[in-house]
Amino acid sequence: MDSKIKLGIIIILIIIGAYMLFKPGVQYDRIEIAGSTSVQSVAEKLAEKYMEEHPNVKINVQGGGSGMGIRTTEQGIVDIGTSSKSLKSDEKGNLQEFIIGRDGIVIAVNTQNKVNDLTVDQLRDIFSGKITNWNQVGGADATIHVVVRESGSGTLSSFQSLVMNKTEIRPDAIVQGSTEAVKQAVKQDPYAVGFVSLSHMSSDVKGIEVNGINASETTIADGSYPLQVPFEFLTKGEPTGVTKEFIDWVFSEEGQSIVRNEKIVPAIANVSDDT
Amino acid sequence: MNKNKMGEYLIEKGLFITAIFSIIAILIIIAFVFREGFPIFQEYGFLQFIFGMEWAPSKDQYGVFTMIIGSIALTALALVMAVPLSLLCAIFMAEIAPKNMRRILKPVIETLAGIPSVVYGFFGLIVLVPVIRVQFGGTGFSMFTASIILTIMILPTIISVSEDALRSVPHEYKEASLALGATQWQTIKNVIFPAAIPGIITAIILGMGRAVGETLAVIMVAGNVTQIPHSILDPVRALTSNIALEMGYATGLHYNALFGTAVVLFIMIMVLLIIANYFHYKKKVVIGGGYL
Repeated sequence: MDSKIKLGIIIILIIIGAYMLFKPGVQYDRIEIAGSTSVQSVAEKLAEKYMEEHPNVKINVQGGGSGMGIRTTEQGIVDIGTSSKSLKSDEKGNLQEFIIGRDGIVIAVNTQNKVNDLTVDQLRDIFSGKITNWNQVGGADATIHVVVRESGSGTLSSFQSLVMNKTEIRPDAIVQGSTEAVKQAVKQDPYAVGFVSLSHMSSDVKGIEVNGINASETTIADGSYPLQVPFEFLTKGEPTGVTKEFIDWVFSEEGQSIVRNEKIVPAIANVSDDT
Repeated sequence: MNKNKMGEYLIEKGLFITAIFSIIAILIIIAFVFREGFPIFQEYGFLQFIFGMEWAPSKDQYGVFTMIIGSIALTALALVMAVPLSLLCAIFMAEIAPKNMRRILKPVIETLAGIPSVVYGFFGLIVLVPVIRVQFGGTGFSMFTASIILTIMILPTIISVSEDALRSVPHEYKEASLALGATQWQTIKNVIFPAAIPGIITAIILGMGRAVGETLAVIMVAGNVTQIPHSILDPVRALTSNIALEMGYATGLHYNALFGTAVVLFIMIMVLLIIANYFHYKKKVVIGGGYL
């Protein structure tokens, strides 16, 4: 036999084999989740656990930002969109919001910074550029270096609505593309101030009290910490089928304890800590 | 048709198809970028987009002029630092360095090119930013910091391409020059270097292309503020950073504006390539019907 024909047969066999390998033997129910990068990690954990218990369901979680979560849910591209901010009235449309938990925005300063407490008004003045020196708020005599997130970030838009109100952030504030980058910037600069989400907080930077209240699970759960943001699942209209089952499970005790393990304050109070 | 001819025919057509595919891929990308970017020029105005000073998607302001300046300034500063360094290094490696030294230098420089840009960015963020802040003041996130990172990133490109250009200068040139009594330095300065100029220009343009296109490392250290820098210690935002920072969130006109940014970047790179080609052909040395 000609070697070329042999080669042809082998290639065809490989293609058939590959097809058989990847062709799903069982029919899966699929749930597509996309949106906020801050919600992504907890959504991934939830999906992982749920798939373990329901092997006939495949859940695919993607990031992309709260804006993308809202858009793709509206367009019906994904079954569940995620958002780390409440929807504005013009974004709402026929979207259904499920608050799966709450996160706080921590004002982060360098560990060497002596300032321990700021009010929301002081924060607004610092981020708008009205206060430019740390000694105006009881710190050292040094220029304040303001670090913010990029326009469109869920954390930034929550910060803007919670702190800035209608005031604008100073245009020359340093922009960093992620929570980790903000933390790095604050960690190495004794006079920097930035904001990160409570779930991403670490000992690299110092979180300061806002209006005299420290950001913690308790103060967020009882609503006393002023800078808190909802973590939301969005569906187009009422959820149905597997999507509904999954969302119901997320609100079960088991689902909520996973949320808590991700350092997000659960939507339901009094959930035990261990899974 | 005999077997040999058949094989040759298949290979020829195969190569042809591959080549066509790469051209088609490029054309599709260009068409897509321009199509997605078009609405911003139409709705916001081309000149207003290019020369607008304010970038505030939340207020529907999409001016990229500060970023055009940012990109150009970053690249120019990086080239000012990288070109003399890398040309001297290339001359040293091509003409002066003993064989053993070259054997060590070459792979080291090539390794420099292989390091992923996120590593450079992280290095910049952790090491350079604090140094700049302590030494020069400000926040440390600046055009200068980003340019230093870019310089290190484009060094290997410029060095290896211009070294090749220097080495491809025919031996006869050098021998003739030395035979006429010129010293080695005179030979390098007056014979080898001028003869290698087209290749060196190509090397610089390649480096420039990499500097303009670099995204991640620049995002991490440049501060990303949309303003015209008043000094090299001011933070800037580059065109590429703008796209990468905001693409995840963009909807509607904002999304088109980011593609518009890509169109501007695309035009900038095209202009660079045209200039490069012009110099490449203008400066080429013609010998015996061929050219270097």
